[in-house]
Amino acid sequence: MSSLTIDKSGPTRKVKYGSMSRDRAWALRWSYFFLVLFAIFSLTPPIYMLITSLKSSAEISAATNPWWVYHPTLSNYIELLTSNQFLRFFWNSAWVSIIVVTITMLISVPAAFALARMKFWGSATLATGVFLTYLIPDSLLFIPLFKMFAVFGDWTGIQLVNRWYVLLFIYPTLTVPFCTWIMIGYFASIPKELDEAAIIDGASWFQTLTRIFIPVALPGLIAATIFAFTVSWAQFLYPLVFTTSTDQLVLPVGIITTLIKGDVFNWGQIMTGALLGAAPPLIIYAFLMDYYIAGLTAGATKG
Amino acid sequence: MVDVAFQSNRAAAAQSGRRRVGLRNALRRKSMAAFLMTLPLILLIAILVLYPALYSLHLATLNKAMTKFVGFGNFEFLFKRDTFWLVVKQSCIFAISAVIFKALLGFIVAHFVHNVPANKQRKWRGMLLVPWVIPPAMSTLAWLWLFDPSYSAFNYTLSFFGIGPIPWTGDAMWARFSVILVNVWYGAPFFMIMYLAALKSVPDQLYEAAAIDGANWWQRIWYVTLPMMRNIIAITTLFSLIVTFANFDIVRILTAGGPLDHTHIFATWAFRVGIEGSDVPLGASVSLFMVPILAVAAIFILRDITKRGNEA
Repeated sequence: MSSLTIDKSGPTRKVKYGSMSRDRAWALRWSYFFLVLFAIFSLTPPIYMLITSLKSSAEISAATNPWWVYHPTLSNYIELLTSNQFLRFFWNSAWVSIIVVTITMLISVPAAFALARMKFWGSATLATGVFLTYLIPDSLLFIPLFKMFAVFGDWTGIQLVNRWYVLLFIYPTLTVPFCTWIMIGYFASIPKELDEAAIIDGASWFQTLTRIFIPVALPGLIAATIFAFTVSWAQFLYPLVFTTSTDQLVLPVGIITTLIKGDVFNWGQIMTGALLGAAPPLIIYAFLMDYYIAGLTAGATKG
Repeated sequence: MVDVAFQSNRAAAAQSGRRRVGLRNALRRKSMAAFLMTLPLILLIAILVLYPALYSLHLATLNKAMTKFVGFGNFEFLFKRDTFWLVVKQSCIFAISAVIFKALLGFIVAHFVHNVPANKQRKWRGMLLVPWVIPPAMSTLAWLWLFDPSYSAFNYTLSFFGIGPIPWTGDAMWARFSVILVNVWYGAPFFMIMYLAALKSVPDQLYEAAAIDGANWWQRIWYVTLPMMRNIIAITTLFSLIVTFANFDIVRILTAGGPLDHTHIFATWAFRVGIEGSDVPLGASVSLFMVPILAVAAIFILRDITKRGNEA
């Protein structure tokens, strides 16, 4: 077959060129066509959230065209944003996520530094262990963790189950391994000469970390921070297991357990709540997309 | 400077026999600092990951009231129940078909994005990654509303094509389809991003060489793109297999395991039995069945990553 092509390409070179670029133009058109299809597929649920959130309950139950808003209203937003319960969920989520991000960074950055630069006994094993921990899913640990905290409460009298701050102990198990792992990758890519120069100039290990490593690996640090925030904001299983009182719930669980009452689905409010719950990660993503994607791809390619 | 100090310490220790000072200095210099820096990480993993993992092995051997040791009693009980085998079957169907479709869709979309001029890729990539960014619990609610039996936007649209109302979450087969569809929607962008990064790393010369040899587009994909991306495809698929196999949010919100347990997978059934049914030991036993598959996938990922580490 290849000889056949060579025969043809000799004399009719100009024509071949033209056909190649025409092929490319067609390929481009087809690419755009399919990309539009895929974009519609990807964006249908969020857009449908927005459409429904602008409808009144009357319009939803009238079963008019679901893809169009005839009488747009902000009443769902006003109702949710003035409801103490919803704001409570929002604040719980915000506090949990911010504190978890802080804890995660405080644990994983020094650990990653030590594992990437200060080779010590067992450091390679520990790095592998960190990676394996990242592969352990939440659905494997929620039952023993729940029982552990219940037993802990019985023994010490410190009741942690059904308090929002119990999540501060549990979320780091999801965020720390991944953040440590990608920070090891980023730190390891910093040239050794840089920290050797700092040590020669008399810097301590701590100074090397704060003055050299953190500024140089700042993009990685931002990616890890975004990851930790989105994971703690989106986590659903642990808060569903650990918290039940309505004033202790975080946003995803709060929306699902309080806005869905029996068989009565107030879809306008549910979609508004879901959209508001999806807003923080979406906003972060809109502004820091490159860091977001760097963190996403680093997990599997670094190291 | 570290080396110098260390040398002089050792020399001093050898000369005067005061080994302890040298040892203490060495510890203070490096290992001790490193140990202290990793201590919180070690404690976190030991107390909140390793201990619970072992604890769940212990829990699985207790009776429902957690007062008596029953050995493999819980497992024997599970093996005799039809629901358990249904869950095993469904977990495998769910995970394998969802991962295959995610991988295929991600691969195709990544190619289309790669075809588009470089300055427009950012915009497309940004739009196509949105499903991955929205918390799955929130987007699954939107899907639940799209699937709604009486006011369903999908059935409304399909009715124009003369396709009758589809029981998206009411019928066992359709419910399984819906759960997989939502999972593919959520997970395909991750594959797309990983493949796109891999596609960009394939040198253009290889394609030029293939084109000169007269390879058509299929041969270019089969003989150039796929071999170059083999490693990243393997790692992404294994990662996704772990995450999909352990999925909870989507099934829980979309169908809660229904109709009649026909969409339950390990995680949702463990939750139903262990937390809602307050039979903690049985729930722990159910979730332990995820371990073999996860372990196999983890071993393969680890092998790939260490291999790459050695090559680099």
